[in-house]
Amino acid sequence: MSKEILTTQDLHLYYGDKEALKGINLNFDAKGITALIGPSGCGKSTYLRTLNRMNDLIPNVTITGTIKFKGENLYAPSADTVQIRKEIGMVFQQPNPFPFSIYDNVIYGLRIAGEKDKEKLDAVVEKSLRQAAVWDEVKDHLHESALALSGGQQQRVCIARVLAVSPEIILLDEPTSALDPVSSSQIETTLLNLRHDYTIITVTHNLQQASRIADRTAFFMNGELVEVDQTKNIFMNPAEKQTEDYISGRFG
Amino acid sequence: MMNPKTQNKVAIGSLYGIAGLVVLILMALLGYILVSGVPQLSWHFLTAPAKAFLEGGGVGVQLYNSFYLLILAMLISFPIALGAAIYLYEYAKDNWVTTTIRTAIEILSSLPSVVVGLFGFLFFVVRLNLGFSILSGAFALTFFNLPLLTRSIEDSLRTIDTTQREGGLALGLSRWETITRVILPAAVPSILTGVILSAGRVFGEAAALIYTAGQSAPALDFTDWNPFNISSPLNPMRPAETLAVHIWKINSEGIMPDAKAISSGSSAVLVLAILLFNFAARYLGKRLYKRLTSA
Ligand SMILES: Nc1ncnc2c1ncn2[C@@H]1O[C@H](COP(=O)(O)OP(=O)(O)OP(=O)(O)O)[C@@H](O)[C@H]1O
Ligand SMILES: [Mg+2]
Repeated sequence: MSKEILTTQDLHLYYGDKEALKGINLNFDAKGITALIGPSGCGKSTYLRTLNRMNDLIPNVTITGTIKFKGENLYAPSADTVQIRKEIGMVFQQPNPFPFSIYDNVIYGLRIAGEKDKEKLDAVVEKSLRQAAVWDEVKDHLHESALALSGGQQQRVCIARVLAVSPEIILLDEPTSALDPVSSSQIETTLLNLRHDYTIITVTHNLQQASRIADRTAFFMNGELVEVDQTKNIFMNPAEKQTEDYISGRFG
Repeated sequence: MMNPKTQNKVAIGSLYGIAGLVVLILMALLGYILVSGVPQLSWHFLTAPAKAFLEGGGVGVQLYNSFYLLILAMLISFPIALGAAIYLYEYAKDNWVTTTIRTAIEILSSLPSVVVGLFGFLFFVVRLNLGFSILSGAFALTFFNLPLLTRSIEDSLRTIDTTQREGGLALGLSRWETITRVILPAAVPSILTGVILSAGRVFGEAAALIYTAGQSAPALDFTDWNPFNISSPLNPMRPAETLAVHIWKINSEGIMPDAKAISSGSSAVLVLAILLFNFAARYLGKRLYKRLTSA
């Protein structure tokens, strides 16, 4: 398969000597949404954070195996984490806008990268906020603080902030679990609009959410990937007993 | 045995009592200083040079010296403290090196200021041959201030959530860009508050200065801004008695007839300046935080 954009092979991750990921083999095609599901503590966040090297920040983490992004080894000594994170953006569980204006939040990455052209920045702000489906709500207060927005709006501004640096892959770690149902469904709509242009990998505890938005779903348990398939197969016709038990709410 | 409700009431009552007592003592102290000092204040008192034997001297030179020393000490200590705090909080791993540095900072910050002053005297005044000078005083104040300021900046950095750091890094900012462009701006209000509060402590410091900046205040010529001239206010090599040192000196050996009045007046100026610093810290911190977080 030549359109695989991201591949992980035999990925192990240890926190100290505790093995949190036990040999994950999982590949992602370009574009579309993949949901990662599984019981709490099974390693979903850990796995997601290996994909843009956010685990580098935690002391005593050991990682073995290979992750390739467009054929390049992400963990090669020559790999540039800053560049990687521009191409593989991340949205967190808790909305984390910077304490600046909405406008500044969105263009922060670009501005620091040296972009000064006002017209271009304006255009990027509008485009990114539109893509994140929050433009209409904030267009009249672009220069007010992002902290004054509701949680759901903040989260969509955070998505816009990631879009503004034009990544190819967007990682989301439970992006809606801190939000009310209305905001959650707005985020879902946003992701559905983005799935044609970006490769989206999202962790979720909400199985309905996974079934609503994901093209593919991967089920993790105890640091292992139990099963990955088209979402409807996972929910209607899982190959593994464990998956079926989890889906039908028997544990987790 | 009292029931829990009564117990609670008694506990809260005595805590209120203690808090009230503290406030009362503070008010009495402030009241005494201000009531006996404020009547002495006049434009003449604030600007005229001191007189050693005659009535009618002012504290102009001392007041100026206090501010000049404060600014110099801050110019030296702030960049160092900022760098140290960023290193300690953002970069340093938890190992014996950082533990040692932290312990050293703890110890430095609990050194009595007389000791800092004597060290300053032996090292800067005598050893480095800087003499009783603004510069010696500024270095001594730096020693006094550095640990306090480093800790306060580190605390300010700690108040910024890790999610902000992750947010910056996840956008493809480098570690350094995240710190300078996201974390520091967000921490500015609280850092500023810390700086102003420590300025208040430095401003009122006497013991560290007696043997470093000296106890004499040569008359200054406020039209001469060439720092190499001895009477220039900018000259960093001249001895410079500050307001706090002046108060100490008048009370221990002042022989002017109005020593009592001058001492009261100076104390009032000192207290008012420090109160001003504190209110400014609160006000500016709040204002800046509002500016940054809304509109
Ligand atoms: N920084 C860390 N240091 C040590 N162990 C950790 C660390 N982070 C996570 N772990 C452990 O690794 C395992 C996987 O954690 P992870 O956060 O990836 O789970 P998760 O699937 O995201 O769970 P949740 O659904 O609760 O978010 C857990 O057992 C957790 O205790
Ligand atoms: Mg998680």
